[in-house]
Amino acid sequence: MIKKIFLVGNPNVGKSVIFSRLTGVQVISSNYAGTTVEIMRGFLKLGRQEFEVIDLPGTYSLEPGSKAEEVVVSMLNESSKEEIAVINIVDSTNLERNLYLTLQLLETGLPVVVCLNMCDEAKHHGVSIDTALLGEALGIPVVPTCAVTGLGIKALIEKIENVKIVSRPKISHRERWQAIGEIVEKAQHLTHRHHSLRELLEDASVRPFSGALIAAGVIFAAFKIVRFIGEGLINLIADPVFVNFYQPFLDKLSLALRPGSFLHHLLIGDLVDGRIDFKQSLGLLTTAPYIEFAMVLPYIVAFYLVLGLLEDIGILPRLAMLLDNLLHHIGLHGFAIIPVLLGLGCNVPGILATRNLESRRERFIAATLISIGIPCVALQAMIFGLLGKSSGFYVSGVYLVLLVIWVVLGVILNHTVKGYSPELLVEIPPYRLPSFSTLWKKLFLRIKGFIIEAAPLVLLGVLIINVLLYFKLFGLFTGLFEPVVQGLFGLPKEAVVALVMGLFRKDVAVGMLIPLALSVKQLFIAAVLLAVSFPCAATFVVFFKELGFKDLLKASMIMCLVALATGGLLNFLIH
Amino acid sequence: MKKTTLAQMKANRKGVVFEIAAGMGLQNKLMSMGVYKGREIVKISHVGLRGPVAIKVGRSVLVLGHGVASKIEVEVHD
Repeated sequence: MIKKIFLVGNPNVGKSVIFSRLTGVQVISSNYAGTTVEIMRGFLKLGRQEFEVIDLPGTYSLEPGSKAEEVVVSMLNESSKEEIAVINIVDSTNLERNLYLTLQLLETGLPVVVCLNMCDEAKHHGVSIDTALLGEALGIPVVPTCAVTGLGIKALIEKIENVKIVSRPKISHRERWQAIGEIVEKAQHLTHRHHSLRELLEDASVRPFSGALIAAGVIFAAFKIVRFIGEGLINLIADPVFVNFYQPFLDKLSLALRPGSFLHHLLIGDLVDGRIDFKQSLGLLTTAPYIEFAMVLPYIVAFYLVLGLLEDIGILPRLAMLLDNLLHHIGLHGFAIIPVLLGLGCNVPGILATRNLESRRERFIAATLISIGIPCVALQAMIFGLLGKSSGFYVSGVYLVLLVIWVVLGVILNHTVKGYSPELLVEIPPYRLPSFSTLWKKLFLRIKGFIIEAAPLVLLGVLIINVLLYFKLFGLFTGLFEPVVQGLFGLPKEAVVALVMGLFRKDVAVGMLIPLALSVKQLFIAAVLLAVSFPCAATFVVFFKELGFKDLLKASMIMCLVALATGGLLNFLIH
Repeated sequence: MKKTTLAQMKANRKGVVFEIAAGMGLQNKLMSMGVYKGREIVKISHVGLRGPVAIKVGRSVLVLGHGVASKIEVEVHD
């Protein structure tokens, strides 16, 4: 009896999309190798039977070479061969390379069904595969599918139910490639196509000059579009909704609760000039939702929309190639740019994505640099909101300072952290036209994740501050840090509260700075400090889980040093 | 016929992999990605002097760091 179905295949063949189709569990998929860093599990119901479906990380072979491959091999060996079925997902645009893994699976004596995915794309490339001939040559069922549209999934399920073990004798690597050559010769037919515009672009993007030009243009446009969409959503939707529809209700509530009462303080907060000020009142029903939904959420939507597009088109691995040289100077290789870009959205998925880096040294350097030098989109949104009005120059200044910290710290880490850094070795996917439904699902998943994770913490953070303010408990605490904050950083001592709040959530922390009426210089220093200093609680936890206590301690110490040095230096340098 | 490494080979040239002077781990990894002795490859480009190299193998495009590329020897047709 089959109990488990494993999805096995090369990186970037669409395993996650097939997984979503089979189980109904929505997962994030992109057009680059290594999107799935965790093993996903879900269930497929067929009549009365229920199968566990397991989406394994992408692998090129079953010989343990990297961590991902070890995971795949150990998972496949975990249960007895009678209880499992393997769906081997094959990219039909690249049959030859994919069959290497297929043959290895068969040699191991596993029951396999081949799922010939992306068959629509293969047609565009002039590749036609005779499924029957391929099935005959391999001795197992072959089902053509197009996971993005759902074509062929039903047929695939039918085949899994009656899968059988077909064992092939073990052969050497060379013989395997030879056998593949013969199979491909028989089953695949290529029609020659003239170079399309897409292919020309693909080529241009991996050549140094044209590639750098394209990359620079794409990154510049991406930033502009994120700002444009973010601002637009705030000014045209979020802000008007809060002011026109939500505020009248709050005004009534404020009157009913009577200003000055504890409950009024808790829910509405302080009135500024006799009115509710969404940015400064600091109430659970005023500032908390305003920060999350009117200041941060619009940028989250904008950022993940643009990131999703870049991911699905297939631009990120090309950036990895172009930046490989530069990143070598800080102990990483080009592929590390992907965790960094994810970290610009939220440090948590960024640090998780460092799993794609092979050595521990690389992972430590990447995770430390992400948590120190990469501001998440929530923090960036607040910095735009805070500094953008007084001076765009200072907004760019924050990025510039962070970049300098990044490079300096990276070079230092590269020379001090022991261990080895492996070389870049990665496949560049073809450019793909993103499918609207995958883009939309991915955006929805990420926004949902953000709201679920952020909303309770923001409410809790505002609640704690509120209570502490009401009972005037901050005095003790601010006094203790006064020498550092006032003396070294040139910030008022009340800013300590905001900096400590940064431990919790960066967006609320920036919100805490608003009522302090800081000068532009002070705002600038505080923004940089918040970006550099301790990561938020969630990042802390994920860093600990991924790299352990010792590395977390090391990274935290580096953070403290960087924060003290940068804050002091900026205060000293800027007049 | 000229022997050179993948790192030193000129862009837009075809060549046949002649030797991979690397440990078993890297050899196996390259093997599973389709780069092995006797395989024909096309070099697309390289970035800078000591940068990564892009090659076409079969229907896939691979990017190899400079270190990996210098371990792969190729025979280039003139």
